[in-house]
Amino acid sequence: MTFSSFVVRNTFRNKRRSLLTMLSIGFSLLLLTLMMSIWRTFYIDQGPPDAVKRVVTRDRVSLAQFLPAFYREKIRSVPGVAAVVPLTWFGGRYKDDRSQNSFAQMATDPEEYMKVATDKIVPPEQVAAWQHDRTGALVDVELAKKYGWKLGDRITLQGTIFETNLDLTIRAMYHIDPPVRALYFNQKYLEESVPWFKGQAGFYIAQVASAGDVAPVSKAIDDTFHNSPQPTKTESQKAFQLSFVAALGNVKAFILLICGAVVFAILLVSANTMAMSIRSRTREVAVLKTLGFTHQRILSLFVGEAVALALIGGAMGTVAASALIRWLTHSSLAIGIPAGMRVTIPTMLASLLVAATVGFVSSCLPAYNASRVNIVEGLRHIG
Amino acid sequence: MAIPISYNVRNLKLRKGLTVMTALGIALTVTTAIFLMALLAGLQRAFVSSGDAKNVLVLRKGSEAELQSGFDHTLFATMTALPGIAKDSRGEPMVSAELVVVIVLPRKDGTGEVNVTVRGMMPDGLELRPSVKLIDGRWFQTGQREVVVSKSIRSRFSHANIGDTMEFGKGSWKVVGVFDAGGSAYESEVWGDVNQMAADFDRTDGFSSAYLHATDPIAADALKNRVGDDQRLKLEGMLETDYYAKQTNSGAPIKIIGFVVAIIMAIGSSFAAMNTMYAAVAYRGREIATLRVLGFSRPAILTSFVLESLMLALLGALAGILLMLPFNGMQTGTSNAVTFSEVVFSLQITPMVAASAIAFALIMGLVGGFAPAWHAARQNILTALRG
Repeated sequence: MTFSSFVVRNTFRNKRRSLLTMLSIGFSLLLLTLMMSIWRTFYIDQGPPDAVKRVVTRDRVSLAQFLPAFYREKIRSVPGVAAVVPLTWFGGRYKDDRSQNSFAQMATDPEEYMKVATDKIVPPEQVAAWQHDRTGALVDVELAKKYGWKLGDRITLQGTIFETNLDLTIRAMYHIDPPVRALYFNQKYLEESVPWFKGQAGFYIAQVASAGDVAPVSKAIDDTFHNSPQPTKTESQKAFQLSFVAALGNVKAFILLICGAVVFAILLVSANTMAMSIRSRTREVAVLKTLGFTHQRILSLFVGEAVALALIGGAMGTVAASALIRWLTHSSLAIGIPAGMRVTIPTMLASLLVAATVGFVSSCLPAYNASRVNIVEGLRHIG
Repeated sequence: MAIPISYNVRNLKLRKGLTVMTALGIALTVTTAIFLMALLAGLQRAFVSSGDAKNVLVLRKGSEAELQSGFDHTLFATMTALPGIAKDSRGEPMVSAELVVVIVLPRKDGTGEVNVTVRGMMPDGLELRPSVKLIDGRWFQTGQREVVVSKSIRSRFSHANIGDTMEFGKGSWKVVGVFDAGGSAYESEVWGDVNQMAADFDRTDGFSSAYLHATDPIAADALKNRVGDDQRLKLEGMLETDYYAKQTNSGAPIKIIGFVVAIIMAIGSSFAAMNTMYAAVAYRGREIATLRVLGFSRPAILTSFVLESLMLALLGALAGILLMLPFNGMQTGTSNAVTFSEVVFSLQITPMVAASAIAFALIMGLVGGFAPAWHAARQNILTALRG
């Protein structure tokens, strides 16, 4: 029998205890992996390659303040800008007030929209149909699936910010991974229904040539409007989205707090198990010593056992987290969950590393105590 | 006959290490749950305690928030003539037409910028909000570029002290006073003169909303309906208290995340508690058999072990509550889902929160303790005595 198989056998000799410990560690690591993935999506990921080439220009002071329509041509004239479209949050009500029925609705310019939204895949004939119908709408395939919409269906959006109801016809559907579940329609239709809105837009999205252009172009755009009555704030699409996350409160501290609690909890669980398991084997340790096992050997035996338990629990947790996130991002229940969330390989490895470290740390003291057991006393010990 | 509880207490004391570690594990889970519940309780308080039952808030038909609403200023004159409105200290109808905009302010600790609600109001605006108290400086003067800020705005944002100037709209505004809104939604606002604000935000043609102060809550209800029924107005009246109660759902993201986190941690802790209890049962096999021989029934043993597990959980819950108490009253902010601006609220460890935390821990104890206790009660006496 080799040393490692001895460790494995010992790990599973009290099956119930090992299973419970692994489950406990597994659930904690599931949470840890979830938190790390959220962190990653918010603060590390740069988003899909097309998104890093987009900048958002909005009113310097408030997103609720509209920008004049002529800003669009001024933005277009900034060197490095390839295309620019206006977007306005309609914020209408579909069917009723329930949060399951709320989704993003944006007024935009269909003629140019596809040049900016290069990562949305739409059949060309559908784009043409959308552009030709002033009351047409472009919707996410996932959204259409959720509500059972088909091309040509008519839907009504009840305005809350704008005092009008829009009757829209679904003309085109786009595929995008991850899904964004938004609806786009022609800004001209909104202008006709709400005359005071004419000549304005909520914000502008511009496509720049490369990711390196984002910073200089953003600065150039803001400089253009610096001395105008309505200065702007331009930032990358990612930063723009992050400002909504920041509004939720101190998300970073929140995540760190939960992670800290989770790590400490698994440390306790693991230490507890090891202490129990080692205590019940005091006599055995004495026997091993009589057989000639050294301190170090016995120490590594127990530490190895703890690390193995933690690793198996950790692996179960990360796999479960990954499955959970995959399911969540594709289910219609996912309200407010960032669509691009994934459990990446580095995140999984980080979780496993945490698990292994916790196993190691938690077993050190009990294992050390066990390895120091006096043979005679140990043999006398009644478990 | 039941086994005395002191038996369990002594057992828990005997294996101090195990007890403390398991209880701490439960305590950590409870801490997280308390944190989340306290957040929600604070948020709830911010909205529920907002508004005066005698105030009728008037918005454009169909709009859900003051920020989205807007109507022509000529309509305001029609409103003030409606019956049921109380008189202010000068004998005029107690009404205030207001303008609500959202501005961006940098956080004091440098963690970015936050949307803050700015409210322009008429002089009666202060009188019809009796729950709001001035705690420092003075109120703003009509016709001046002056603002008063809430005390949490003062503590959370830079340039918000008395004597400072804030930059928004078309220029600078002097901070002249600080008010205390008692944890209500006004706690996140900056107030100034409505006409000055309207000029700065190019909104001189109308107002966002109007507040009508009725003589009593019953008159307020009638006034609300009168506004809605008046065909000339095309407006909607609602009680101010109802308006804020509806915004409580801003806490929904925290609620969902909190629920998921607490449940996952609770499952993990239940398994840990189960482990401890199984170990306790295993160590005491012979003891349990002896108890049986002495005449204690199976149900008595089952109850005894479940009780022990519950005590362990209770210990954890108490430790968790103690750990969280220093954070009671800590202020934080979140975005109001309706207005997009920040709502400031504080962590509230209410008796309700503490009670739910204990209940939550006891459920963990019950889930974790039942199977081991069942196991203990079902043991064969002879084999256990020999073991």
